[in-house]
Amino acid sequence: MSAESVLREPLITGNKTLHDVTEDIVSRVEQKPTPLWMLAMAVSLSLLAVGFYAVYLLLWNGIGEWGLNKTVGWAWDITNFVWWVGIGHAGTLISAILLLFRQRWRMGINRAAEAMTIFAVICAAIFPILHTGRPWLAMYWMFPLPNTFGSLWVNFSSPLLWDVFAISTYFSVSLVFWYIGLIPDFATIRDRAKNKISKAIYGALSFGWVGGARTWSHYETVALILAGLATPLVLSVHTIVSFDFATSVIPGWHTTIFPPYFVSGAIFSGFAMVLTLLLVVRKVYKLEDYITIGHIELMNIVIIITGSIVGVAYITEFFIAWYSGVEAEQYAFMNRAMGPYWWAYASMMTCNVIAPQLFWFKKLRTNLAATFVISIIVNIGMWFERFVIIVTSIHRDFLPSSWAMFYPTKVDVGVYVFTFGFFFTAFFLFAKFFPVINIAEVKSILKNTGDKK
Amino acid sequence: MSNGINYVLGVYEDEDVLVKAVQKVREGGVKIEEVYSPFPVHGIDDVLGYKRSWLAIAAFMFGLCGTSLALVMQIGMMGADWPMIIGGKDYVPFPAFIPVTFEMTVLLAAFGMVGTFFVVTNLKPWGRPKIFDIRITDDKHVMAIDLDANDKSEADIKQLVQASGASEVNNKTFV
Repeated sequence: MSAESVLREPLITGNKTLHDVTEDIVSRVEQKPTPLWMLAMAVSLSLLAVGFYAVYLLLWNGIGEWGLNKTVGWAWDITNFVWWVGIGHAGTLISAILLLFRQRWRMGINRAAEAMTIFAVICAAIFPILHTGRPWLAMYWMFPLPNTFGSLWVNFSSPLLWDVFAISTYFSVSLVFWYIGLIPDFATIRDRAKNKISKAIYGALSFGWVGGARTWSHYETVALILAGLATPLVLSVHTIVSFDFATSVIPGWHTTIFPPYFVSGAIFSGFAMVLTLLLVVRKVYKLEDYITIGHIELMNIVIIITGSIVGVAYITEFFIAWYSGVEAEQYAFMNRAMGPYWWAYASMMTCNVIAPQLFWFKKLRTNLAATFVISIIVNIGMWFERFVIIVTSIHRDFLPSSWAMFYPTKVDVGVYVFTFGFFFTAFFLFAKFFPVINIAEVKSILKNTGDKK
Repeated sequence: MSNGINYVLGVYEDEDVLVKAVQKVREGGVKIEEVYSPFPVHGIDDVLGYKRSWLAIAAFMFGLCGTSLALVMQIGMMGADWPMIIGGKDYVPFPAFIPVTFEMTVLLAAFGMVGTFFVVTNLKPWGRPKIFDIRITDDKHVMAIDLDANDKSEADIKQLVQASGASEVNNKTFV
């Protein structure tokens, strides 16, 4: 009997030399903005402008601009918040957890995924901040700042406050992690820069990096420890977000399965968003040698796994509702699937549980068009998941006379559009002025995993 | 020879050649000031004789500060400064303090460590880097040898560097 070791597929194709890597990534930063980029910016800026009008109406007139009522006191705002936070999980997951597991394929995609994470978390934070009604006073409600009422402190027993700490820590640590990774690449851009202004800007951004062995040694330790810190952090964030619901006593929310279910849902939607964006970046910037079909297939496998975990969670919830014998719990779940919001439930099931199962076929998970379409379907499904959990659990509460439906207003839609405008504006700026692939990391694996002989 | 600090630079193309070259040059009795690379090279700190980075300890210490700060803040505010019964729980409901304590630990550990990293490696936005060769951030590894720190003659050092597998041997002077 003999076993033959199969050589791993190269992670970087196209016979690249170190200089080619620099050239391929940095020339995108150096070239003049293309008409396509201008068009994309124009579209996202107009979304931002339209959305800004909705934000203005909301701040001027108050939260009454949203379609909330006495029964449904939380709807699109928190749905969008959880959706964006979930999307914001992929970047740090890719760069931290995959770094600890020594998964080298992360290196082609981590930079863009981390950037996406940071922008998505900002979009998420917009919703609770706007929901405070008077964001300029919100500092006192969110952070333990001394005040003239005693001081009357914030309530540390509240999951909403845990959220403040979790999201702000997650955002700032992810930002630092991302920036640390960018420093050597900014130095590469600085040393190639032709004109004074960009030399000065990238010089300042690079913090005077020169790449000495002593600095690299500290740098690698910092990256490893940050990954070690970010790994429990990324898992804690969506756990704490799920506590917003799980620690309440509302049937449909009061569920111990929520933390792992939310975390896998977050990874699911995060990877889907990474795929949506990267497939476009890869095509426009011709990065096929760095983001290979192999990368896309691996990400699709993560999508099948997390999508299936989410599917199991949906079914488990139903089983436990039946098995618990609690009538209110059973009603909440029957109402979810067969009540007036059955269509939301059906969309969620189709998009999240059925659609990703198509990736069991190798032909589909290595097909770019299929991946692109399914990644968008997954994100739609994950939005519906949050809507289903939030709205269907509260729209028929304990008192049948106050049962109600939720109808979004134009401002509800507008604020959501605002976050899309922000997200894409930020992402396009990133894609133009920052290196979209981690140049130094890719160079470090080029010799062992490139296909150059 | 001009005034200022004079360096001999060995330029290398390949990281494996570089690691062996560092060994050879050091065995030849030449002090290397620093080796510059476009990416982290495995094993280079061992052959250069550098100790393992101690930043992990700094991170741990900052983390401990975060844990204690979070606990003192929460117990002090909720238990001592303005005690209130919320949801029928104790004044100091310890399990409820775990999430914020965890987040503060991570926050301080991360920021403290990164801050320390910038200080010890002297990285700052207004920093004026000593750039030996602009190709370092592209595709070349450069070994910098300070002539004043070595007893050997310039010609001997250059010969040793050349023999170690350098693709170019250059001079560089910083005034």
